[in-house]
Amino acid sequence: MKGFILSFRSEFYKSRKTLGFWSSILLPLLICFFIAVGFYLKSERLAALSGMALWMQFAGLALGVMGSLLLPMFAIFLAYSVNSIEHKADTWKTLFSLPMSRWAIYSAKYFYAVFLLFTCMGLFALFTVIFGNLLSLLKPELKFDTYHLEIEIGEIYFKLFLSALGILSIQFLLSLLWSDFLKPMGIGFVCFILGVISVSTNWEYSYAFPYAHPMIALKSMMKPGKGGPAKEFAIDIFTKDVFVSLGVAAVVFVLGYFIVRKKSVK
Amino acid sequence: MVIRTEGLSFSFGSQQVVKALSLQVPEGSIYGFLGPNGAGKTTTIKMLLNLLQTDEGSIFVFEKELQTNRVAILSQIGSLIEQPAIYAHMSGRENLVNRAMLLGVKDERVDEMLALVKLSNAAGKKAGQYSLGMKQRLGIALALLSDPKLLILDEPTNGLDPNGIIEIRELLVRLTRDHNKTVFISSHLLAEIERMATHVGIINNGELLFQGSVKDLEAISQPQVYIETDNTVDAANLLKRNNYEVVDINHENLIVPFTSKKQMGELNALLNQNGITVFAINKQHKDLENLFLAITKSN
Repeated sequence: MKGFILSFRSEFYKSRKTLGFWSSILLPLLICFFIAVGFYLKSERLAALSGMALWMQFAGLALGVMGSLLLPMFAIFLAYSVNSIEHKADTWKTLFSLPMSRWAIYSAKYFYAVFLLFTCMGLFALFTVIFGNLLSLLKPELKFDTYHLEIEIGEIYFKLFLSALGILSIQFLLSLLWSDFLKPMGIGFVCFILGVISVSTNWEYSYAFPYAHPMIALKSMMKPGKGGPAKEFAIDIFTKDVFVSLGVAAVVFVLGYFIVRKKSVK
Repeated sequence: MVIRTEGLSFSFGSQQVVKALSLQVPEGSIYGFLGPNGAGKTTTIKMLLNLLQTDEGSIFVFEKELQTNRVAILSQIGSLIEQPAIYAHMSGRENLVNRAMLLGVKDERVDEMLALVKLSNAAGKKAGQYSLGMKQRLGIALALLSDPKLLILDEPTNGLDPNGIIEIRELLVRLTRDHNKTVFISSHLLAEIERMATHVGIINNGELLFQGSVKDLEAISQPQVYIETDNTVDAANLLKRNNYEVVDINHENLIVPFTSKKQMGELNALLNQNGITVFAINKQHKDLENLFLAITKSN
């Protein structure tokens, strides 16, 4: 455990000046900021909306961009950036000749990537809430303060986080094995396109394909049985696709360890 | 023995790069691991650090089997393999702090190491902007950070200027003499190893050709006297008439086995007195290629 904590701290220390780390902060900050600017400029047109509708539209914009496009690509990029630090510096040999178990080094790296994804999703939820409230202060005609959606926003982003773990795990392993950017990125991109196709054609087994999970997660977030727009709504986090994503993540993570254990460091 | 291997072998696919290697590295020694590029030195070092899984044979470090005592053994080894592995986006100091964090070493040690390898002034500079020599010195500082009992260094003087080479050599001698460390150092330069090593292992095509103390090696790699004259044929005939052995001769120079400095003076005088102009006369070591020939012959 000590080795894991030391490695995890070292991962933070190494990455804190890299784009991989900063992107998980800047991406939610910038997207939420620009949406807020849009709402600020078009406030007259949005003033007619109820608090709930306003929140849903405000949060929905960021969610739409993330869930359908950015999240899979971000997971692919994150998995690459955590491993590329070592590929670029040729430091796998020093990492694996440290007096630490390979398990500690591998798992710390993996969970650091998970941590960055979690941070990014958490910040999306946080910035959505902060900018929403800020807008109601700056433009009182926007009725953000009349309705509370904080918990639901948190739940949706948590669901998105879980749904991206499958992609993250697969891409983490690919980026660990291949030092160049194009192979894992290319495979990830093709799989992501397949995911989009499988969801948009309503393929019945698309829930089994990890790269489709973020899109499905957004589709399946409403608890069933509540037809039409309601005043209250509940988020269904643990749907079939999320379980598949978690299962894939767990299996690939363990498989990756066995590969790393046997791997010769060239 | 600090390092002992038995029948160590390794193949990349069908190509066997290390063949039944049996190394014996005594405590407190500077063990020079000598061989041309591609002889299997780095592969052997990677096996000693458990980075490559051995095909056959066993490795004992501090008399413990490596596979089953990996972490305990690695905690007492500092290593530098090929070009130093350095995070280019971090400063030299941050590279050391990061390693100190992983090894549980106090931060004061970082400054000591920076001073030791004379990088204190460049500590805040990005390591990516370091010269090759500075990177190499940082690599050595990283290897020394945990104050290890055994240092494994793969061609550590690569890219260093003559001053840097001398400094590293002196540092390694000091470490073994005053702090009872053991150093395992690889090189393709015979002269470099001869200057600092106490023990030598010579590897070629994956096979250990020679292993023993530096004195044993000197017996094989006898130094020679290199003489350049205006007429090498006359010079050679003259020397032969005076009972000197001439090992090699061509248009430019001739070579006589070295016995003493006095002998070199006598050779010079003899040639001069007989009207042969000596352009150059000096003591030379056999190059690695000729040494291999000598070893193969003596075997």
